[in-house]
Amino acid sequence: MAVFGTEVDRPLYGRGPSPGLRFTVYAVLSVVLMYYDQHGHWEQRLRYALEAAAYPVQVAVNSPSAGWRALTESFQSRAMLRAENERLRTHERELELELMREAALEQENAELRQLRASLLPALIKHAQLAEIISVETDPLRQRVVINKGARDGVSLNQAVVDGSGVLGQVARLGPWSAEVILVTDPEHAIPVEINRNRLRSIAVGSGNSGELLLPYLAINSDVKSGDLLVSSGLGGVYPAGLPVARISGVRRESNQLLAQVRAQPLATVERDREVILLEFEPTHPDAPAPNPPIAPAPAPPVKPPPKIPDNDE
Amino acid sequence: MSDRNPVLTIFLTAIMALVLTVLPLPIWFAIARPNFLVITVLYWSIMLPRSGGLLLGFASGLALDVLQGPVLGEHALALAFATYLAIRLHLLVRAKPLFEQSLFVFAALMVYEFLLWVIDGWSGHPLSTPTRWVHTLTGGLIWPLVVGVLGRFHSTR
Repeated sequence: MAVFGTEVDRPLYGRGPSPGLRFTVYAVLSVVLMYYDQHGHWEQRLRYALEAAAYPVQVAVNSPSAGWRALTESFQSRAMLRAENERLRTHERELELELMREAALEQENAELRQLRASLLPALIKHAQLAEIISVETDPLRQRVVINKGARDGVSLNQAVVDGSGVLGQVARLGPWSAEVILVTDPEHAIPVEINRNRLRSIAVGSGNSGELLLPYLAINSDVKSGDLLVSSGLGGVYPAGLPVARISGVRRESNQLLAQVRAQPLATVERDREVILLEFEPTHPDAPAPNPPIAPAPAPPVKPPPKIPDNDE
Repeated sequence: MSDRNPVLTIFLTAIMALVLTVLPLPIWFAIARPNFLVITVLYWSIMLPRSGGLLLGFASGLALDVLQGPVLGEHALALAFATYLAIRLHLLVRAKPLFEQSLFVFAALMVYEFLLWVIDGWSGHPLSTPTRWVHTLTGGLIWPLVVGVLGRFHSTR
């Protein structure tokens, strides 16, 4: 079998299987791989191993930009660092104030829920910082690679946020890295509700960073520009109440049943390189609800309605 | 480098091309970026069809699948087919002037991208923005440059 690494390059035909046959073999192999990637189980392990093999390439590609960032950081001027420090200090003070108020609110909330005896556990059980690796995934899809993987305790479908809102979820897992699908990816949809009036809907990605679409809102629904969208807690990935996006435009055309609603996500990967992986306390009422079973429970047998005697007869 | 064992050369250039393919770029450059790995594989399939060949195409496609593809095996199939075309037609293509070679590469890239588009749709990850076809054009345009660069890595026949 002269495939890869024979010394003579001249005769193509007449040695080994023909290119057509070999192509058929590879094609069948690819189709089998594709089939099992969609339906299989053992394939997960193969993909995991391949992700591990790809990690060195990702690190190598990332290293120039990481090196550049390290260099610029270490040569930042003292004044700049001071200014930043000052800014962060002010910010921290504000956050502390808010936190103080929040503790009181939490307490009050628990009382209202008559759960005073057992204060709710914190919703976020564990938050892990990860950094985005500068690796090009398909530029037409909205995905990023982060530098934490299964070995660091990351799990599939884990929610990923940054300081300002929901970023996405873990779509693919390697031992040391993971691929995050952003909320703006056209294949991603996140159950949301409008914070103002608890109107529920689904926000799907548009494929452009910086835009979400809400295609399932009726034309008469109460939604307007500037409304805050928070996750509704359905769907089993995101907990209730995380900020997601802000409505940026509503168009209503009288001949359509549905309004055309666009929203701008609050979290962006362009601004931040650090993201937070969240793990939730499952007993908390705001924790992501598991998906309901797809097939509805069998309805109880319907009794025939009692016959009403006809008075006409 | 010697013609005796071109495998190492092929392997190294393929790795370089892979790195160029996943190097992060601003979005518009990323869309217009030719798929260097595919073009490199096509080059070796045309120039050294014995050493390069289908295994190189399949393996490179698999690498692309792991790094970028939505379904494992998608790029592998598409690139194996493009490689097969290049191998079957390599004598024809070699004899042509550079401009016609560029046209052939453009056509091969179109076939490659078409297969990806079809498989994307079948496997439930449809992506039909026209921008996905841009790289076939830039790939064809960059072919003379690729010939100039990679031609230095193996002795001419």
